[in-house]
Amino acid sequence: MAAKTLTIDGQMVGAAEDQTILEAARDAGIHIPTLCHLEGVQDVGACRLCLVEVTGINKLLPACVTKVTEGWEVRTSSERLQRYRRMVVELLFAERNHVCAVCVANGHCELQNLAVSVGMDHVRFDYQHPRLDVDLSHRLFGMDHNRCVLCTRCVRTCWYIEGAGTLNVAGRGEKSKIITDLNAPWGDSTTCTSCGKCVMACPTGALFYRGVTVAEMERDRGHLEYIVTAREKKQWIV
Amino acid sequence: MVLEELVQIKEQELASRKKFTLRCCLAAGCVSSNAQAVKDALDRAVKEAGLENEVEVRGVGCMRLCCEGPLVAVDPAEVLFEKVAPADCDALVATVKGVPSQLKQGDLTAPFFKHQLSIVLENCGLVDPDRIESYIAADGYLALRNVLREMTPQEVVQLVTRSGLRGRGGAGYPTGLKWATVAKTTSSRKFVICNADEGDPGAFMDRSVLESDPHRVIEGMIIAAYAVGADQGFIYVRAEYPLAIQRLQTAIRQAKQYGLLGSGVFESPFNFNIEIRIGAGAFVCGEETALMASIEGRRGQPRPRPPFPAESGLWGHPTLINNVETFANIPPIALKGGEWFAGIGTERSKGTKVFALAGKITNTGLIEVPMGTPLRTIVEEMGGGAPEGGQIKAVQTGGPSGGCIPASQLDTPVDYESLAKLGSIMGSGGMIVMDQTTNMVDVARFFMEFCMDESCGKCVPCRAGTVQMHHLLRKVMDRKATSRDLAKLEELCDMVKNTSLCGLGQTAPNPVLSTLRYFRNEYLELLQPAPKQPSAAAPATGIF
Repeated sequence: MAAKTLTIDGQMVGAAEDQTILEAARDAGIHIPTLCHLEGVQDVGACRLCLVEVTGINKLLPACVTKVTEGWEVRTSSERLQRYRRMVVELLFAERNHVCAVCVANGHCELQNLAVSVGMDHVRFDYQHPRLDVDLSHRLFGMDHNRCVLCTRCVRTCWYIEGAGTLNVAGRGEKSKIITDLNAPWGDSTTCTSCGKCVMACPTGALFYRGVTVAEMERDRGHLEYIVTAREKKQWIV
Repeated sequence: MVLEELVQIKEQELASRKKFTLRCCLAAGCVSSNAQAVKDALDRAVKEAGLENEVEVRGVGCMRLCCEGPLVAVDPAEVLFEKVAPADCDALVATVKGVPSQLKQGDLTAPFFKHQLSIVLENCGLVDPDRIESYIAADGYLALRNVLREMTPQEVVQLVTRSGLRGRGGAGYPTGLKWATVAKTTSSRKFVICNADEGDPGAFMDRSVLESDPHRVIEGMIIAAYAVGADQGFIYVRAEYPLAIQRLQTAIRQAKQYGLLGSGVFESPFNFNIEIRIGAGAFVCGEETALMASIEGRRGQPRPRPPFPAESGLWGHPTLINNVETFANIPPIALKGGEWFAGIGTERSKGTKVFALAGKITNTGLIEVPMGTPLRTIVEEMGGGAPEGGQIKAVQTGGPSGGCIPASQLDTPVDYESLAKLGSIMGSGGMIVMDQTTNMVDVARFFMEFCMDESCGKCVPCRAGTVQMHHLLRKVMDRKATSRDLAKLEELCDMVKNTSLCGLGQTAPNPVLSTLRYFRNEYLELLQPAPKQPSAAAPATGIF
C-alpha cells in the first residue's frame, strides 16, 4: 500500500493512501471534532463539524470522507472553522429540546462535550421548541426525539452492522424524524432484533435503555468498532 | 431502421401535408386555458366546412407566448391567433379561405419573436409531439444515424467538446469534459441520466421541451450513450409534469417500434434502452447524487462528492447525467457541427439559452436567445417591460439558488460568468421579473421558506440554518428585528453557504445575499431602532 505525505496544521503527517484526513489526523494526534462519525460505522459527511481547509481548494472538505492526497496542506482549526463549528453546535441546540439537567445522557453526551470543546457557552439563535414525541413502546429501549440530532448513526448501525434495516429517516428538513419500520411504534416493529446497537451508537440521550435515569446513560460505543473489526478482519481485539 | 427508411418516412410525411396547417398549442400552458377544447373545435370546424382535404389541424408544442394562450398558428399565412376560444374556431378556419376575422392576432414581427434564436426549441410549436413521423420529417433522428454510422464515440465526444456546450442545468459544467470523463472510465456498465426534475419556482423550460419535442431529448440521450458507452438510460421527471411523462412514454414506445431504441439501434451493434423514473415531489432530487439515490429506490438525499457520478454513479457505475436542455442541444450540434454551435454566443458561453419569463412582465412565456443577449433586451424589448406602466425593479434568475439583479444592472449580458459576478447564477432558466410593488425582503423570505421546506435534513447547516434564516427574515418582515439580527442573518448566510453538503444548502443564502447587496435599504427600513443607550436617551440635563 502506497503511503502519502501531507501536512496537517503545519505538522508533516504520513498516511496510508486509503486513509481519510480524519484518520490521518487522529493517528498524528490531531483532534478534529465530529458528531455523525463513529468508528466502525459507514461515514456520511452530514454534521459538517469535521470540515477542514486545504490550500488551493476553494471549498471546505469533510475530513471523515475525504481521502488523503500527497502534498496537501490541511488546516483543521482556523478561526473561520472554529466559528462555523460553534454555529453548527448552536444550531443543533436551538433546533430541538436539549435540556441537559433532565437528560439521561448528562455527563456522557457527545453534544454536550462538543459544546464545551468548541466553546459554545450560549446560543444566539431563537430556540425552536418543537413538540416532539417520546417512543417508549419497546420493552428494552426508549427513543426521545427531543434529544435527537439526526446524525443517523443509529440508522447506519441498524442497516450496515446489524443488517436489520429497522430504523430509517422519514420526512425532510426540520421535519425529519427517525422512525422504526414504516413509522410504527418501536415496540410493534417486526424487523427489530432488539440488539441494542443503535443505543450504543447514539451520541445524545435520544436512544436509551429503559430504566436509566438522569445522567446514568453510559454506553460502550467502542463495541461497534469491535464487532466490525471482528467481522471484516477476523480480529477479536477488545 | 436504416437511412433509406428514415428518408422514406420523411418523404411520406411531407407528401401527406395539406395545403393549410392549423397548429394548435397543446403544451401545459395553453392546455390549462382550454386548448384541448380549441383543438377539438378546430377539428370539427374543418370537417363542417368540408376542408378535410385542404386543412390539417395539428396539435403541437409550445409557441412561446404563453400569456396569450390558447395559441393557434396558421400556415402558410404565418398568422398567430391569440386567446382562441372554441367558439372562435369556425371563423378561424374560414380565414384560410380569405374570410377576414375579428380574432385577436399576434404580431410575429414583435421583438418577442424577432429576437429569438431557436436551436433547442426549433421544433417546438411545429412538430406533433405525439407522432415520431412528425419529428422525422423535421430531420429528426438523422443526427443519430450519422453519428452511429459515420463517427466513432471519441469523435462524438470531441464534437461536443468543440461546440463549447456547457451544462444547462445551472452550474455550466463543460458538457464535452463530462462526456470525456465517463467515456474514459473502464466499466462494463455505464448509465446515462436525463435530469428532468425541474423544480425552481417560475421555471418551465424543460417541461415545455419535453411536452413539445420529446424525441429530441431522446435522440440527444442516445447519442450521448453511444459516445460514453452506456447501454441503459433513465429520464428522471417530476410527477408534477403528467403531460410531459405521457408524451415521453409515447415517444419512447414509438422509438422502440422504429428500432431507434433497444437492441441494435439503427441496425448497428449499439444497444440502448431508456426508462422513465418519476420523482415524488422532492426538490432536492434535482441534485444529481440525490437523484441517483432516488432512482436506486433509496431516500432521495445527496451524498458528498467526490466520487462524482462520472466515476461512481448509479449503483456504483460511471454515470453521465445531463439536463433536458443540454441533451436537446445535441442533435443540432451533431447535424451542423461543433464549430457552427461555437459560433453562437459569447467567448465562454456558447449557443443559446431558453428562459421562462414570468412575474411582473407584459409578455410571459418561453424565449430562446443567444448567450450574451443583454438582460434589458430580454425583459424590456422582448418581455415588453412591466405591465400597466410599472417600473421594473429587479430580475430574479436561478430560482432559490440564484439572486436578484437590480434594474440598474440590466445591461449585463446573459452568460454564466456575468451573472455570477452579479451574485446570481444562470440557473436552469427561470426569470422572474419584479416591479416597484415588490418587497425584496419578502422575496428573500419566500425563497428561504422554499429552501427550508425542501431541505432534505441530512446536513445540519441546511436543515437547521435555513430554519433560523427564515425565522430572522420573518422577524425583519414583522418589524421586530434589530441590527443584531441582521448581523446574525449575514453570519448564517456565510456559514450555510460554505458548510452545507450539497448545492441546495450552498446556494440557499443567495437570494438573501443578493437582496442585501442591492436592496439593503429595504432591510434597514424594517429594522427596529437599536436599543437606546441611557446616555443617548436622556437629554443632556446635568449628567455631563
